[in-house]
Amino acid sequence: MKPAPFAYKKVRSLEEAVGLLGEHNDARLLAGGQSLIATLNMRLSAPALLIDINGIGGLDGIAQKGGTVEIGALARHAQAERSDIVAKFAPLIARAMPHIGHAAIRNRGTLGGSIAFADPAAELPACLLALDGEIDTTGPKGKRTIKVTDFFKGLFETALGPQDVLTAIRVPSAAAHSRTGFAELARRHGDYAIVGLAACARADGKGLTDVRLAFFGVGTTPMRAKTAEAALASGNVDAAVAALDLDPQDDVQATAAVKKHLAGVLLRRVAKQLMEAR
Amino acid sequence: MNTIDITLTVNGEHVAERVEARTTLVDFLREDLSLTGSHVGCEHGVCGACTVRVNGEIVRGCLMLAVQCDGATVETIEGLSDSGEIADLQLAFEQRNALQCGYCTPGIIAAAQELLLQAKKQGVVPSRDAIREHLSGNYCRCTGYHAIVDAVEAVAQARAGGKP
Repeated sequence: MKPAPFAYKKVRSLEEAVGLLGEHNDARLLAGGQSLIATLNMRLSAPALLIDINGIGGLDGIAQKGGTVEIGALARHAQAERSDIVAKFAPLIARAMPHIGHAAIRNRGTLGGSIAFADPAAELPACLLALDGEIDTTGPKGKRTIKVTDFFKGLFETALGPQDVLTAIRVPSAAAHSRTGFAELARRHGDYAIVGLAACARADGKGLTDVRLAFFGVGTTPMRAKTAEAALASGNVDAAVAALDLDPQDDVQATAAVKKHLAGVLLRRVAKQLMEAR
Repeated sequence: MNTIDITLTVNGEHVAERVEARTTLVDFLREDLSLTGSHVGCEHGVCGACTVRVNGEIVRGCLMLAVQCDGATVETIEGLSDSGEIADLQLAFEQRNALQCGYCTPGIIAAAQELLLQAKKQGVVPSRDAIREHLSGNYCRCTGYHAIVDAVEAVAQARAGGKP
């Protein structure tokens, strides 16, 4: 199918984008477009106006400062995949990158777009939850910083207001004691996962503390499995799998029972990664 | 704002056209410029048949709008073929029967060429696994992929100075 007609405006500043969002009720922001244009082609969405933010300067940086890694909303997946800063200071995101779409998609798709779209089966929202990250936005009342725990509200629903533009994500820099793990199961490499798991922890002697397990593809948002986290921190992988506090629903890819089983398989794989030295 | 004038370079030639905002890049190439080597498959980014190069990087022609290519350099299979850049890949595909109906082939060749260029830059020869991973975004419904991986691997080795 082909998109329904829409108007198109390429903006050069955040103020211009926020202003246009205020003037038009039925406008959408166009960043990488790798989800949005697919939905336009299928007429799952038909906005009156597309506001192309790709021409706004200074939104695609990747920098490490003051114990955090900041990634601009317009940084492309391929850029993060090649980034030494991401590899060194945000290794969980580096681990997730190769699983996101395919090479041609990663050349266009943006990190900010992936977070703002909030697909429940996407990798980056789960990474952000595991890392306890933050999201920066600019709106009509100025800048806001939203904690990840307050950001993902429901199925494709976030804390972004109708005039907010996501500008950056921030995660704590990895330290020597940081451990990360990532795994997902998909029918074809690069497709949306049936189930996936992004995890981080802190190495403490031979054990782990501060275990954070963020599953995706098992609910309407990325989900922590907190009972399993506590079990894994005490060193018992079997108990962690048995304690998996997830309640997935059937979807087109798999039944709830299969998803729950696969979540356990992934937990064992990721537990092994977390135990290894980084 | 529904129709917009754009200028871009396509396969080395200057192009100036007026497009509807909703026209995807691949439809623009096929219908306005008659460059029908890029194919339209799923139209939602899954199949890879519309893969073309924009500013040196492969993209989905169905997930980019023509208006977004204002000022860009676009290369299609026609341009890659005419320049001779992929002549060895084309020959290897032919020799190894790495295509049957050919619908996916322009996209697969464009994706394979990107992998080979990246590998050369890093001074490595991509493994079969790396080839499969890079081509995972391109569906082929005829060949079962083995011959495609064989052909890309042979070219990778030949370009690295090994036997073709």
